Amino acid sequence: MSYGAQILRLLPEAILTVFGVAIMLADPLVRRKRALGYLAVGGLVVALLGTVLMVQQGWWGPAFSGHILNDPFAVFFRVLFLLIGLLVVCSSFDYLETNAIHHGEYYALVLFSIVGQGLMAASVELVMIFIGLEISSIATYILAGFRTRDVKSSEAALKYFLLGSFATAFLLYGIALIFGATGTTHLAEIRAALRAGPMGPMAAVAAALMFVGFGFKVSAAPFQVWTPDVYEGSPSPVAGFMSAGPKAAAFAVFLRVYLTALQPVEGWFWLLWVSALLSMCIGNFGALVQTNIKRMLAYSSIAHAGYVLVAFAARSELGVAAVLFYMAAYAAMNLGAFIVVTHFGGEGERHVSIDDYTGLGHRQPALAAVLTIFLLSLIGIPLTGGFFGKFYIFQAALKAKLIGLTILGVLNSAVASYYYLRVIVVMYMREPAPTSPPAARVPGAISFVLSVAAIAVLYLGIFPGDVLQFATRSAAFFR
Amino acid sequence: MSGSYHLWLIPLLPLAGAAINGLLGRTRPRSFVSAVGVGSVSLACAYAFFTFLRFPWHAGDAYVERIAPWVVAGNLQIDFSLYLDPLSAVMVAVVTGVGLLIHIYSVGYMAHDPGYYRFFSYLNLFTFFMLTLVLAGNYLLMFVGWEGVGLCSYLLIGYWFTKKSAADAGKKAFIVNRVGDFGFTLAVISIYWMVGSLEFRQVFPAVASMPKETPMSAGPLTWICLLLLMGAAGKSAQLPLYVWLPDAMEGPTPVSALIHAATMVTAGVYMVARSGVLFTHAPLAMTAVAVVGAATALFAATIGVTQTDIKRVLAYSTISQLGYMFLACGVGAFGAGIFHLMTHAFFKALLFLGAGSVIHAIAGEQDMRKMGGLRQAIPWTYGTFLAAALAIAGIFPLSGFVSKDAILWKASPLGSPSGSWLYWLVGLATAGLTAFYVFRLFFLTFHGEPRSEAAHHAHESPRVMLAPLAVLAFLSVVGGFVGWPKALGGHDRFEAFLAPVFRLAEELAPAAHAAQEHAALEIGFSLLAVGVAALGIGLAWLLYVARPRLAERSAERLGALYRLVLNKYYVDEAYNFAIVRPLVVGSTRLLWRAIDVGVIDAAVDGVAQGARNIGGAARRLQSGNIRSYAGWVLAGAVLVVSFMTFLWAK
Repeated sequence: MSYGAQILRLLPEAILTVFGVAIMLADPLVRRKRALGYLAVGGLVVALLGTVLMVQQGWWGPAFSGHILNDPFAVFFRVLFLLIGLLVVCSSFDYLETNAIHHGEYYALVLFSIVGQGLMAASVELVMIFIGLEISSIATYILAGFRTRDVKSSEAALKYFLLGSFATAFLLYGIALIFGATGTTHLAEIRAALRAGPMGPMAAVAAALMFVGFGFKVSAAPFQVWTPDVYEGSPSPVAGFMSAGPKAAAFAVFLRVYLTALQPVEGWFWLLWVSALLSMCIGNFGALVQTNIKRMLAYSSIAHAGYVLVAFAARSELGVAAVLFYMAAYAAMNLGAFIVVTHFGGEGERHVSIDDYTGLGHRQPALAAVLTIFLLSLIGIPLTGGFFGKFYIFQAALKAKLIGLTILGVLNSAVASYYYLRVIVVMYMREPAPTSPPAARVPGAISFVLSVAAIAVLYLGIFPGDVLQFATRSAAFFR
Repeated sequence: MSGSYHLWLIPLLPLAGAAINGLLGRTRPRSFVSAVGVGSVSLACAYAFFTFLRFPWHAGDAYVERIAPWVVAGNLQIDFSLYLDPLSAVMVAVVTGVGLLIHIYSVGYMAHDPGYYRFFSYLNLFTFFMLTLVLAGNYLLMFVGWEGVGLCSYLLIGYWFTKKSAADAGKKAFIVNRVGDFGFTLAVISIYWMVGSLEFRQVFPAVASMPKETPMSAGPLTWICLLLLMGAAGKSAQLPLYVWLPDAMEGPTPVSALIHAATMVTAGVYMVARSGVLFTHAPLAMTAVAVVGAATALFAATIGVTQTDIKRVLAYSTISQLGYMFLACGVGAFGAGIFHLMTHAFFKALLFLGAGSVIHAIAGEQDMRKMGGLRQAIPWTYGTFLAAALAIAGIFPLSGFVSKDAILWKASPLGSPSGSWLYWLVGLATAGLTAFYVFRLFFLTFHGEPRSEAAHHAHESPRVMLAPLAVLAFLSVVGGFVGWPKALGGHDRFEAFLAPVFRLAEELAPAAHAAQEHAALEIGFSLLAVGVAALGIGLAWLLYVARPRLAERSAERLGALYRLVLNKYYVDEAYNFAIVRPLVVGSTRLLWRAIDVGVIDAAVDGVAQGARNIGGAARRLQSGNIRSYAGWVLAGAVLVVSFMTFLWAK
């Protein structure tokens, strides 16, 4: 295969890289940084078109000596990342201006992070996966520290970077050990080698070490400690981005590595089982006592990682499809919630306490209504994407006879309704306090992305068929 | 079955009403809002009855209307489908009929409320979800309606959100219902897992062909039914999940009448009856239904005796009456349970609307100790209330008598093989208590001397509120004749109409029809029940009209027992102590101190101290926060690695 034909398998990433570099180059020349944002939007749209073209032309299959595999699984995630990127970039325009952050590389970093995520989703070789992970992570570390005026933000970036590097080291050790055990880093070959020979202790330890690395990235317990602090300190759109994009990418490789390469290693099922339960419990009970909405959403994202792990633990095609659908639904609802937080926070993110939302339903009915939709979806009320997401997850888990985990999961989601509901209650059932922040006009870009996210949540709840079918087809790699 | 009935129009009309009022109502005059709100429900009601008249009931089959495929992915296929059979027809008739009357009543009751359009929008939305629930053709769509009515109920309980108690009550209702929904969700997923479909038309025959489980060999069906019961107990306020309903009385009175008496709270009964085939295949679950029903009936009735808030008495009464319906379902007498559901909708809606009229008359007072002597001031309310009170007390030949009598008979071993004398005795005792507390309420409110300034100046409600009372009074009196028992020379048409629905279920519990030879005994039982009811009324008359002092003295003499009941057996306190506090305190202590060691203190201390805390957080950062986090990650890693090594070594 010619080099050109190979690069076509990475068309979206190639396009984003070009646009990212262009933004960096244009940065000194442009005074209004919003223009760079438009350039980023253009890049994401072109990349999306590129993905469509890739599918239409049938540019499937392996490339770069089998390091890359362009399959429906990879395409599903890339489409998701690009859509997440669009929402994040559009919601950042006004945020950066209100917070006087005039750095064009913000947009370039978002694009580069998505390049890394796309690589992760399409890689079937451990070193490639690691490179993708690092591209995505390094960009995100920097983004976390973008609120330079706030100590919390620098602290978040530092914590995320140090702990992230610490966790990545485990991953790297795992990769090294698996290479030692099997003599290869290609996922399919690893599986074949592990199936052929007697299983040494190295493979088991490698599975454990890689579990630490991936567990950290998806903020699954017991590796979740960083999440609340980092989400709280990061700029709100970045926190939303982290909860949707990098997390989904980490889940993508997590699934691929464990369900293909490490599939013969037994035992990690129990790691998943325990981690799923711990994540759900720590996430939901932690969220109960939060008063800062960003921290609450951080804990909620730990809990949602737990639900996804439940589907993962099913280790079936149905489970993988459920994970994919859930990642899409979760991206829409959680990003939506973070965008409301982004807008409502105002200058310097002063209004991030749940009490600040008091009476919002009476002062800004539309804003409160969309936030309510997102929160109801996070609870899992029918006619929202969150409901079907949970429904598929628990259905897959039950089919895999994970009865205990299913019961505990559903029970957890009942507990969770409390803290989401609390926000709805303060919005609708309390009079606005005199100390409530003044109602700020919702800018056009924000209203646009909020409507898109809200429509996506309802679409996934009322007509889940299309996306679910896409997800089911993408889950076929597991066969 | 051929032909199309466009059932979708029935739920859609109220939805359209909700949308129009919600979007345009704010700027329109009240007449517009009333016309849309009442009009949409009356159209739905008219269309429903029009359809029922055309429908070929004699064919005996259910009609399934597939509107559109909903989820098609792999082997998972679920439709937007509606299901019409005698059972859903009865439910639609009750929801649209009683619903319409309550909408009309609300025009008068809410006339001066600033959120008039909002109220009607919610009310219509509720009607939409309720109709979706009862018309749904599969469990998933039913669940959509199920959650939807819960959400509307929550919105309407907290309607007067400026009252803190109202907002709290709404929250409580939502949370408790989530616990029940936990059971329902698991049940729905399990049904899909077991049968491979959620459509009623596929699930019921599939289950009917399965072998019946015995209490000894309780399998998946028993578990599914117990989970369904959990959901039903949450929605229909049964033990141990009944605690939200008394608090729900914080909502406007028409809401209490519509949602918390006539329709939504009966959804659990409907769901159990709808799933009758599943339950009769799981006798252990049937027993659980009967026991929960009987226990709730008696338990709530005793609390009803001591309450002083007029609406709370009625709330406990509703819980108790729902217990009767569950008892009926539990002994396999689904028809009798649904029959009581219908008559209860008439007289309980009337009691609530009558109570609303009383509250309206004396400027919002709900404490019965401050009422009294309202008989002359509000004669229409008085008269209609009397009809409802006699009906719920079970006085011959009112509707309540007929339906309650059917349940009592079926609860006894003579009426059905799964009956028991204990059920019957509990039912009878509850009947006596019911007569007593309803007439206690009645006498305290309408008889004696006015006991407050407001009660002196009571005024009758406007006609728009009285007309629904009159219609409901008429229904409460004559509603029973459609199911007049054979033992008393009737034909029991209601039961015969519903029979095709429960055909699959009753093959296993044939007794519902047996035992005609006991006709004489059945009449004797009826006489006994009426006698007990009369005794209850007589006692209430003695204590609250003839010798008012006696009531206080007997309360004193009973001492601790009386206080126990007055405080509702301290169940709320117990739940608070055993569940709520440990949860909140536990998560605060454990997570805050142990796991959430970050900057949370800053957030808790409040925004005002923000600046100082940022400094504090930064200090903590230097003092090794990251190291402690890394320690956590390391500890986790050690655990994970040792576990995997251990597993390998084995």
